[in-house]
Formats: sequence, C-alpha cells, structure tokens
Amino acid sequence: MAKEKVVSDEAKKEIEKLFHHLPHKQAACIDALKIVQKYNRWVSDQALEELAPILEMSPNEIDSVATFYNIIFRKPVGRHVIFLCNSVSCWIMGYEDIRKAIKEKLQIDFGMTTKDNRFTFLPIPCLGTCDHAPALIIDEDLYRDLKPAQLDEILAKYE
Amino acid sequence: MERPLTQHIKKDGTPLSLKEYEATGGYEGLKKALKMTPAEVMNLVKDSKLRGRGGAGFPTGMKWSFVPMGEDAPTLKYIVANGDEMEPGTFKDRLLIEGNPHQLIEGMIISGFAIGASMSYIFLRWAYHEAARRVLVALDEAYRAGYLGKNILGSSYSVDMELHTSVGRYICGEETALLNALEGKRANPRNKPPFPQVSGLFGKPTIVNNVETYCNVPHILTKGAQWYMSISKSEGGGGTKLYGASGKVKRPAIWELPLGTTLGEIIEEYAGGMQDGYKLRGLLPGGASTDFLTPEHLNIKMDFEEVAKAGSRMGTGTIIVMDDKTCPVGMCLNLEQFFAQESCGWCTPCREGLPWTAKILMALEEGKGRPEDIGHLTFQTHYNAPGNTFCALAPGAMEPLQSALKYFREDFDEHINSHRCKYHN
Amino acid sequence: MAKIYIDNKEYQVPDGKNMLEACLSLGKDLTYFCWHPAMHSVGACRQCAVTAFRDENDTKGRIVMACMLDANEGTRISIDDQKAKDFRAGNIEALMINHPHDCPVCDEGGECHLQDMTVMSGHNYRRYRFKKRTHMNQDLGPFINHEMNRCIQCYRCVRFYNDYAGGKDFGVFASAGRVYFGRSEPGTLENEFSGNLVEVCPTGVFTDKTLRKHFTRKWDLTSAPSICHQCSVGCNTLASERYGGLRRIMSRFNGDVNGYFLCDRGRFGYEYVNDEKRLTRAAQKNTTSVSDVLTSVKAHIASRPKMIGIGSPRASLESNFMLKQLVGAENFYNGIPANEHSAVNTVLHVLQHGNVRTPSLKEIETYDTVFVLGEDVTNTAPMIALGLRQTVKTLPREKAYALKIQHWNDAAIREVVQDDKGPFFIATPNTTRLEEIATSVYHGNTANLVETAKQIEAAIKSGGWSQDSDFVNQAAKALAGSKKPLIVSGTGLLSCEIIQCAANIAGVLKAASKDVGLVYSVPEANSMGMAMLGTAGSLDDAVKRTATEDNMTAVILETDVFYRTDRKSASAFLKNCNKKILLDTTENETTPEADFILPAGTFAESDGTLVNNEGRAQRYYQVFKPNNEMRSSWAWLDMLIHQSDEARPFDAIVAEMTDALAVFSKIKDLAPAANFRIGTQKIPRQTHRFSGRTSIDAAIDVHEPKPPVDADSPMSYTMEGFHGKQPSADITYFWAPGWNSVQSINKYQIEVGGPLHGGNPGVRLIEPGENGKAAFKEVYKIPKAGAVEILPLWNIFGSGELSSKSQAVAKRVPVASVVLSEQTLEKVHHKGAEQITVQGNFEVTLPIRIDNSLPADVVLLPYGANETKGFHFPFYGYIKSE
Ligand SMILES: Cc1cc2nc3c(=O)[nH]c(=O)nc-3n(C[C@H](O)[C@H](O)[C@H](O)COP(=O)(O)O)c2cc1C
Ligand code: SF4
Ligand code: FES
Repeated sequence: MAKEKVVSDEAKKEIEKLFHHLPHKQAACIDALKIVQKYNRWVSDQALEELAPILEMSPNEIDSVATFYNIIFRKPVGRHVIFLCNSVSCWIMGYEDIRKAIKEKLQIDFGMTTKDNRFTFLPIPCLGTCDHAPALIIDEDLYRDLKPAQLDEILAKYE
Repeated sequence: MERPLTQHIKKDGTPLSLKEYEATGGYEGLKKALKMTPAEVMNLVKDSKLRGRGGAGFPTGMKWSFVPMGEDAPTLKYIVANGDEMEPGTFKDRLLIEGNPHQLIEGMIISGFAIGASMSYIFLRWAYHEAARRVLVALDEAYRAGYLGKNILGSSYSVDMELHTSVGRYICGEETALLNALEGKRANPRNKPPFPQVSGLFGKPTIVNNVETYCNVPHILTKGAQWYMSISKSEGGGGTKLYGASGKVKRPAIWELPLGTTLGEIIEEYAGGMQDGYKLRGLLPGGASTDFLTPEHLNIKMDFEEVAKAGSRMGTGTIIVMDDKTCPVGMCLNLEQFFAQESCGWCTPCREGLPWTAKILMALEEGKGRPEDIGHLTFQTHYNAPGNTFCALAPGAMEPLQSALKYFREDFDEHINSHRCKYHN
Repeated sequence: MAKIYIDNKEYQVPDGKNMLEACLSLGKDLTYFCWHPAMHSVGACRQCAVTAFRDENDTKGRIVMACMLDANEGTRISIDDQKAKDFRAGNIEALMINHPHDCPVCDEGGECHLQDMTVMSGHNYRRYRFKKRTHMNQDLGPFINHEMNRCIQCYRCVRFYNDYAGGKDFGVFASAGRVYFGRSEPGTLENEFSGNLVEVCPTGVFTDKTLRKHFTRKWDLTSAPSICHQCSVGCNTLASERYGGLRRIMSRFNGDVNGYFLCDRGRFGYEYVNDEKRLTRAAQKNTTSVSDVLTSVKAHIASRPKMIGIGSPRASLESNFMLKQLVGAENFYNGIPANEHSAVNTVLHVLQHGNVRTPSLKEIETYDTVFVLGEDVTNTAPMIALGLRQTVKTLPREKAYALKIQHWNDAAIREVVQDDKGPFFIATPNTTRLEEIATSVYHGNTANLVETAKQIEAAIKSGGWSQDSDFVNQAAKALAGSKKPLIVSGTGLLSCEIIQCAANIAGVLKAASKDVGLVYSVPEANSMGMAMLGTAGSLDDAVKRTATEDNMTAVILETDVFYRTDRKSASAFLKNCNKKILLDTTENETTPEADFILPAGTFAESDGTLVNNEGRAQRYYQVFKPNNEMRSSWAWLDMLIHQSDEARPFDAIVAEMTDALAVFSKIKDLAPAANFRIGTQKIPRQTHRFSGRTSIDAAIDVHEPKPPVDADSPMSYTMEGFHGKQPSADITYFWAPGWNSVQSINKYQIEVGGPLHGGNPGVRLIEPGENGKAAFKEVYKIPKAGAVEILPLWNIFGSGELSSKSQAVAKRVPVASVVLSEQTLEKVHHKGAEQITVQGNFEVTLPIRIDNSLPADVVLLPYGANETKGFHFPFYGYIKSE
C-alpha cells in the first residue's frame, strides 16, 4: 500500500510557486524546507523523499542543506517551540534564571520536548532585542524584558 | 540634531505605511535618482563617504563601482540587503526594518538603479517574524504604487524585490555565505576573489549591503553629499550611525547619532550610565566580534578609525556593556560557545579551534582550569587570526577573547588559582 | 615561467601554478589535506600555510595558504618560517583532537596521509584534554568501509563523489564541529566511482572493504604494475598480493589514461583471482600428474593434428599471438560472436584509416562539446563517463578564466560556473546515467539513432540547421559552432552502422576544420589488440568450419564458448572437435568438455600487453609467482610450439611478435627489457619494509625458500633490489621518504598532477593520418524480423564475465530482467504481469523492469547475465503474448 504523503498538494503548489524567479529549482531548497515545516512542524525522511523530485535534487542533497541550518527540524518537535535567547546580552541580564524556571515548570531542558508534546525548548542566538533582555520567542511571538514570574502567564497561552 | 533614518519612526511601534512614508518625503530620492544616470547616483554615494554599516565599514560607492557596467556587462545583476543581524548584542537593523520598511526598500531600489540590477532580495533572519510581516506588506504597497516592478515610475528601469527569510545560522550574515544560502545551498562562505560585485548570486554581479547602509541612500539622494558629510562628526565617513547599548546600563536602547559621537556620550548621556550598584568594567563597542574596550576609552569617537586605533572595531556600533559583577571569563565562554556553535565547519582553525577554546573556558568556569590554559587560549587567538581562516568569523570570535586576556587577565588567573568562579559565588 | 622565492632561494616555475603545487613540484615537503592534484584548491583545511612576504624588505610576512596563492613572478614565501611552522603544527593538533588514536587497528595505518602530515608538521604532543566527539558509522555497501570518527573534515570525499563523479547519494551533513560525511541514511553507495574515496580520503574514514576481508599492510604487500582487464579503457593499476592471494587493486597514476582514479568494477572486480574455482593444475581426462599432461599435450601437438585456435579478447596480445603461431593464421579465430567481430573491426577500420584523432582518456576532458551516439559509457567504459563529466565543465570554466581566475582555484571557479554545463548531447535507446549532465537527449531504436545521426551529419555538412529546438538541430548547431567537439560511440549496441555514423559526423566536423575527437569504447580489455592481430574470423565462423571439417583439435584460449555463443552452437562446436585443449583461468561451462586443461594465469599471475580502445599498448606484469602450475597462456603455448619444458622469456615472445607484425613494432619500447637493471639491481616487488618473510612459510619449512626468479621482467619477487625511482612503466609501489600514502605520487611526477618522470607509460600504436578517410557510404538496412528490437543492457556490475564472479561485485549485480516501457507492455496485453518471455533467435523468461524512456519497439536484456549469456545482440523478435 502506498504510504500517505507528507508533502501535501497544497505545500507542493506553494513550493512550485517559488520557481519563477529562480534559475534552477534547487535554489528553492531552503524555502521548500520551510514550507514543509510550516505544514508538518518538522522535516521527516519521507518528506525529503517527496521533496526530491519536486526540487530535482536527491534526498541526500536536500538533507545536506537541511541539516546545516538551525531552524530546520529533522526530528519531531512539540506543538509549540520555545526559543530562549542565550547570547551575551541576555546572559548578562540573566537568561539562566529563565532557563531554570522553564526547566522547573515544564521539566525540560534545552533540546527536549515535554511528554505531552506541548513544548519543545531550544536555545537560540541573539534575538536582536538586547535592549530588552532577556528575551524568548514562542512560535512566532516575541517576549522581552522577561522575569521568571511572568512565565506562567505566558506559557498558559499555548495549549 | 538630524536623525534622517529614525526621526519618523513611530513611538507606538507600528510601521510607517507607504502614505506616511511618502508624507515624510519618502520615495523622493528614488524619483530624483531616476532622473540621473546610474553613474551619477554612484558618484553621489561615493562623494557622500557613506561607509558600510555591516561591520567592516567598506566605502559603499567604491563597492558598487566594481560592478561591471555598460553594454558588455551581464544583463542580470542582483541587489541584496543583509538583514541577517545575528551578531550577539546587535539590534539596530530590526528597528529600521520594523519601523520603516519603505526606507530600506527605497534605498535598495536606488542602489539597484545605480548598478543596473534587475532583481533584489531582502535577506532577513528567521527570528524577525514581525519584520518579515511588515516587509511583505510594504513590498506589496511598493509594487502597487509602481515603485517596484516593470518601468518604475514610468522610467526605463525595472527591478523586482523579494523577501527571503533565513533558516538560522550566524554565518549567513557573511556576505558570500549569504549568497549560498540564497541559492538554497549550505551557507559556507565563498572564496574571494571573485568578489560578489563581479560574480555573486547565481554567478552574476551582486551587491550585498547592510540594511542600515541602504537606509542612508534615499537621504543622500534627496539632501546631497555635502549635507550627508555635514551631519557626521567623523573625518572618515559621512552621516549618522545607529548606536545601541545593552547590559546593565540605565536605559538600554538604540539611538541615531552623528557618526563619531564619543563612547562616553553614548554610555553616559544616552544610556544614562550604569545601573545603580554596577560599575563599568569593559565593553564590546560593536557586537560580539569586537575587542573589549575599557572605561579609559570612553573619550574616543565611535567611528571606524578611532575605535580601530584604540585596538577594537566599531563593528555594528551596538555596545555590549560588561559591569563589574559580570565575570569576564564567563562572558568569553558565552561568546565562544556561540561562535563555536555557529562556525560553518569549513576550515580547520574555526571548526576545531573554537570548540576547544570554549571547552577550556568552560573548564576555567568550572574550576578545572590549569595554568597552561592561558597559553593555550593565547595560542588560539593567534591560530584563528585574520588570514589564517577562510572567513572573518573565527578572527571575529577571537577579538573579545584576546582583549579579555589583555584587560582582565587577573580574572583568568584567579579562576585557575582558586579553582572556582568568584562571580558565581 | 615565473621566478619565485622559497626560503630566499630563487626558482623558476611554470606559469599558472599555485604555490603548493610549485613547492611540491620542486620536491619540497609541505603539508596539505584538502588540495588534491585532480580536484585542486579550495582552501578549507588550512594545512598548507606558509609565510608570504611582500618583497625582500618585508621581514614579518603573513600567513597565507600556499594552495590559494598564485606562484607568479616575484612571489616570495617561506616554508621554514617559524610562524608558518607553528601554524601548521597547531593546525594538525586541532585536527587531531577528535581523531581516534587507533592507528594500530586502522586499515589506513602505514599509508595514511594524516600520519605522514602529522609527523611532517612536527606535532607530537596532545594538549587537548576533553572528550572527543564521536559519530555513528554507516554500512555503505560491499565496497567501502566507513569509520567516521577518523574524519578530519577536509571535504575531499564530497568534492570527489558529488562534484567530480556526479554522485547524489552521499554528502556532507550538519555544520560546525558536527559536520558528517556519509549518507542521509546507511546504504550502498551507488556511484560507479565510489572506490576512489579510499584513495581520496587522507585518513581511514573510507577504506577498501574487500581488502579488509584479507587485510595486509601496504608495506607487506607484493605489488606489480598492472592494467585493468575489466573494460577496454585500460586503466593503470597496482595489483598487490600476500600469501598467494590477490589483496587489492589501487589506481596507478598515468597522466594520459586514468590519472588518479579507477572505476569500481576495476577496483573491486579482482576477487575472482582468489576464487576457489580457479584452475591451478594441468589436467587431462583420466590423468593426474602434470608432467604426464604436458607430455600428452605435446605429443598430441607433435602428431600434427588439424588445429583450430579460439583466441580471446580478455587474453594478452602475446597469448593470442602465440596461439596464432601454433594453429596458423588461417585457423585462428577470435572467440567472439560475428556481430561483435564486425563492430570491433569497424572501429579499428575507423581508427586506422580515418583522419580524426582518438584522444586519450585524459584528453577527453579538454573538449568543449560532446555528442554521445548509442553508447552507455558509464556501463561499458566507466572511466570515459568520468572524463565526460569533466568535459562538460570545459566551456563554463572559460567564464572563470575570463575573470582571471586560475585553473587551480576550484573554490572560485565553482562560484562562477555554478551549475552551468557545456553542450552535451546523447542519443541512446534509453536513459543513461550521463543524461543528468546532458543538454538534450534522444531515444530511439538503432534505426532511429542512425537516422538521427545522419540528419545531424547532413545538417553540419550543409550548415543547414534551423533554430528549432529539436534534438537534431540543437546538436548540429552546437557541434558546428564548437571549437573542439568530441564524438563518443562504441560497440555497445553491436551495430556497425552506429559506429560508422559516429565516424561520419566526426568526418564532417574535421572537414569543417574542427579540432574534433572521436572515441569508441569496445567490449573488452584486448578487443582492439585482437582485431589488430588479425584473425580468420569470429567464433561463429569457427563453429561453421568445424561443422563441415572433421577431426580437428581445438585450442581454446581463455574462452568459455558457452559465454560467447549460444548453447546449441557451443555444444556443436565442442562435439565436432576431436580434441579440445583448453587454456583458462577459472572453471566454467567449457571446462568439463576439455581433453586437456592448462591452467592460465589471470592478469595477476601473468605478463602481457593489452591494446586499449584508443590503440594504446600497455604492459602488465605478473604480481606473484603462484604456488601451483599456473603460467601465462603464452608460456604454455610456447612450450607446445617448441616442444620444450620451459617457455622462452617474455621478451623473446614480444620480439617474435613485433618482427612478425609491423603494427606492433612499438611494443618493444613499451617497458624496460627483462635484463634492465638500475646499477646492478632489479626492481623489487616488495617494499623495503616487507615483514615476516622468514616466517611466512615457517609452518611448512623453517628454511627460507629460495625466491623465484623472474625471467620475464626486470623485477624481483622480493624486497631485494633498488628502492628508488623506478622507470615509469615499472612502478611497483608509490613511496617517498616521509610520504607513505598514495599522495607520494607527487614525488613521481615531473610536476604534480603532470606526467610521471620518464613519461607516462604506454605507446599509441595508431595515429590518424591527415589524408585518412573513414567516411562510410550508406549501408544501413533495417532488418525487419520481428516486432521489437532486442538490445543489450550493459551494466558496470554484471556485464563483465570475470568481475561478476568477484564476491563484492556480485552483490551489486542487478536481478536479470526484461526492460521495456509500459507502452510496450500494454501493446502485448501484459499489464500487471510479473515476468515475460522474449522470443527471437533466443528465448528467455525474466521478471519485468519498466523503463519508460525506451521506445515502444525496443526491449533490453542484460548483457552477460547468466540468463542471457551467449545471446547474440541485437536480434529481433516478439514478446510472447498470453
Ligand atoms: C561571520 C559574519 C557575520 C556577519 N553578519 C552580518 C550581518 O548579520 N549583517 C550584516 O549586514 N553584515 C554582516 N557581516 C558583514 C558582511 O559580510 C558584509 O560585509 C556586509 O553585509 C556588507 O555590507 P556593508 O558594506 O553595507 O557593511 C558579517 C560578516 C561575518 C564575517
Ligand atoms: S572561519 Fe572557517 S569554518 Fe569558520 S565560519 Fe569562516 S569559513 Fe567557516
Ligand atoms: S591544502 Fe591548502 S588549505 Fe587545504
């Protein structure tokens, strides 16, 4: 029996739209990975296989690109991803307290996903908001000037 | 004081719409440029002494002049805005993009006109979601208004513009690595020469400039080179500069000030000095990859020449302040871990040297340092010196470390001798 | 020439070199990893650091990478400068922090570039005290072993496998200190050139899995220069032995032929030499002792029977020649089917009588536009395909040169060139591997291909191509517009017409004053030599003759008649011959039918000369003296001719042959004669570090046996002899002080990457005559014998008779199947069927494999598979319907 597709027709259409400005399809590789990730939250081996003919690349070639970058996930992640800035300004301003607080609340450290699959917790380099350190992003929402006490309220927004 | 780049940015945090931007004189520079020849635009920018705001301060007009022009030149050329801004401690381009995306777009169109580009990309880092949304809106507005696309404002010049959001790696900010990323490849830096001006994106002539650099261009067009020079306090370059400060200062923020404003002014006046209970111990003047300066340097001008004379670089002009309760060794550890993690993995000194450096610093912090570690850290700073590595990432990584070893040596020794970090009780 | 300064000494170097090449060519020792003489510079490893000075007044200097520095006039560097030395030592130290110190158990140990460079740099004490990073290893299939922890991230493997050889199932993953070289998931490396990773990798990440099964250190190997017997290209190899078994094949640099590389069939297809089915003793029906056998064979020959000789394209020129001498020219047949016979002879005709140059394998890379007609070179002559993958970059590279980028600056060139490819056209029955680099392709049956080729020829001749984008017009326009077009074809479709059409296109290009080249691949290692030798006909002719002539004695040289012709003919032939004397290496279907068997040496146990597809004669040497009765076939035949107990030496045979046949006269100078000495010394087959020789046979005899004497070459079988630079044809191993790995090849070349000292070995026997003409009048008739044309499907693994008997290669042989398009299948109402019967002159039932690139009237059957051996392609027939 044929496996169910993980790169949906919708995603495929979106990828094909990228080609018009590009001299060759491979140039859309990164954007294509982003699109897959937008729909699936991560990029599975099967997704690579399915992307290959679309991009006229081999799965190995796509994986070589995918694994280079920080934000392409080759392993499943939770429903929401917390990116906590661990760069220098946030370090000075005490990001480690936030990390500790999250660790206590969610029982996960960097690189881990909660058992209920609700959150994945990752470090991220400087979020470009150093004047409001420490900072974190959940999914696409930025939170700045963080205090550990605010975490409950923030995390509650994400189911 | 003139603040051409930021004066119209709204305090409420919302971006200027196209209408609002036009009301401030937006797109007038473009209109003017389209009546000039590309060579005239290029010369004007040269005369203005605009220098790149991405960190290295290369004269922008000169960079453009290497692009092949004329009939034999390739018909396809590219303009790319470097909005990767992943250098820790740097937060200036975000403000410009989020606050006034049209200013960037206009600057890019004018620059594209000067070199005859027919396609342009804004390369934006992944984490700037809000900026991305605003750029998309602005691009749409600009297309509708005829500022982008075919025959701009009825002229014979046409250029398209697209947003590319990165998938996260500091090395993507290095201009040739950025091109590889735009081509959908692994973002290893490229060999230079050929310089991107000659053979860049997809092998075609390409200009990569920093976001802030482009934002200066419309103003140079409308108000002229003389004016641009006049608003600077620096000999070496024209215009204003976005300066910022983060760390334990009273008012961490970003300010547009004349290029060449002194460090002291920025820290004391604008940032309000140190928070109560903290003393200034040192600072990185322009992001994570610049050498430490100390309180004795406060009187120097923040421009490319003077900071260099003091043994550091102006870099991005965003200052990271280290107070007396922050461990210099710990700070170096944080920085080196960042650089080690963000190395692209192409050349040996960076790929192997940086993690090793970080591990030594970690040992120091954990009280497991050894006397010979100082010598080894020093070795790493020589080993990863400019020219020894394939690109500037690793030499940049060594700048804070080498200066920390110079200015805060006693902290390193203390970690080794007392087998602990006194800042972490 | 440019004047440069190294450590304040002045040198002259050729223009256009980088400083690393210059230093190495001048015999200096300078460490490096990422630079490779065939893949050039990318500046990644930073190991070749030297100090560069602006001028003589600059005392400080700065560190630069020699491989990225132009060695142009006035360049001034120091290798010995302390700063540079410290940097190089530090760089190695950094590379070694994660490297397992497992040299004693590492296959690379003793021939490891990383070991050599570490010693050379002076790094010897490890300061790193933290945990090493570790990786998982992958199963990469039967050829290559993977041990990723040894990786030093020089990127050579991806640069070879992906960029140079066009592989797509391998790559570099992750980033920073975590970069990983391998596959996305474990699995067999599919690329035909994967074996080169073994030599390209400077340490023990990729090693030879077949060697691992019977591992021996480099210094313990007995080696001789050899020529690959697995296809017609004739790559130069080093074959190595220990304990009476062949251990491995490595590439032997030849700047005119294979350069640094080999294909996987050539590298891993040697294992049949060690097969338990090897014939090791002379045998006679009902007798056992060798002297009896030999006496009886000699007696039989002395009785002057009517003889018929069956020669072999996989045997040496000398063996075939001696057979011809034994049986007489009019009784000497070439042992191949009629179709193959005519195809090869047509190629020879073009080469001998034409006016178009057949380039060497290396020269193939210099052409700018390619047209491939009818040949799947990836599978019939793989190294030609590897060459063509470089050819396609010739034109795009011009763009980089226009920007003043030096040819060695690979990092810069690839940025300029991007994915651009030069004009490349392919016309074949179905999709071939090279299509991924082609501008345009055409698929058709033989008649269509011929028609297409004729149209291209006509269009070039008349200048009458249109702007249409169809294949013919595109190809004609590109060829006519190019400076240096190359036509590639061969005997793969076993069609003389295809070969003629290729010659005709080359002919019109030549007439248009193009610097045109014409390359044909032929079926086997010595197909060309055999054709040049001249025969009374094909195996079919021999079969016919024995059908009418009684009482013949067949002398069958290295031929399995059941492999070469259909079962019925083969049986009839064997039955019709009164006596059968068989000289062969391995048991096969013909063996049981023989009255006498004389065990022949393979390439590893014999000496000889082969003539490759280009007409280049090349010498190969016996690697070791087997501990049994095997001999070179020519030696057996010589003993039969002269009724002697010992054969004359090889040189005497060569002299007799070159005297008899003028075409071969140059072969005399191919290699030093057996009495050649350096001083008074022979050239040793063993390294100066060969160990254990007093104990190797201790279990049998504690007395060290007297080493065998080699009367056929200037080489000794032992470590005794001159351990210095050998004559280029007689290189037994590559080694130089401080350089234990294959990278020591640098020291054997006049300039690195360039020809060997003494010139690349081998001589071309055929050169085009300026007045030559090989244009063919129209000869093609479409045979209309059936609904479908049945063509051979060549496979690098499987179509070689002997290589397929090698264990590792056998694992890569695809399942035999009928290859056809869905359309064809539908026509015969077989949709959904699992297997199918093809019927014509031959009949076979096989599973189906769909290839929709095939035209509806073409079906492919595997060439050389067990199920199809002896089939005479092409033939016409039907697909049996229900
Ligand atoms: C590791 C590394 C990271 C960089 N990151 C950025 C960046 O995020 N933004 C930027 O504008 N320039 C960055 N640069 C500098 C660029 O390579 C380039 O010099 C710059 O974009 C040129 O623009 P400018 O001439 O306008 O300054 C980086 C350089 C290096 C070596
Ligand atoms: S210094 Fe070397 S490894 Fe580091 S980012 Fe640059 S090229 Fe990559
Ligand atoms: S050989 Fe020169 S950098 Fe690797």
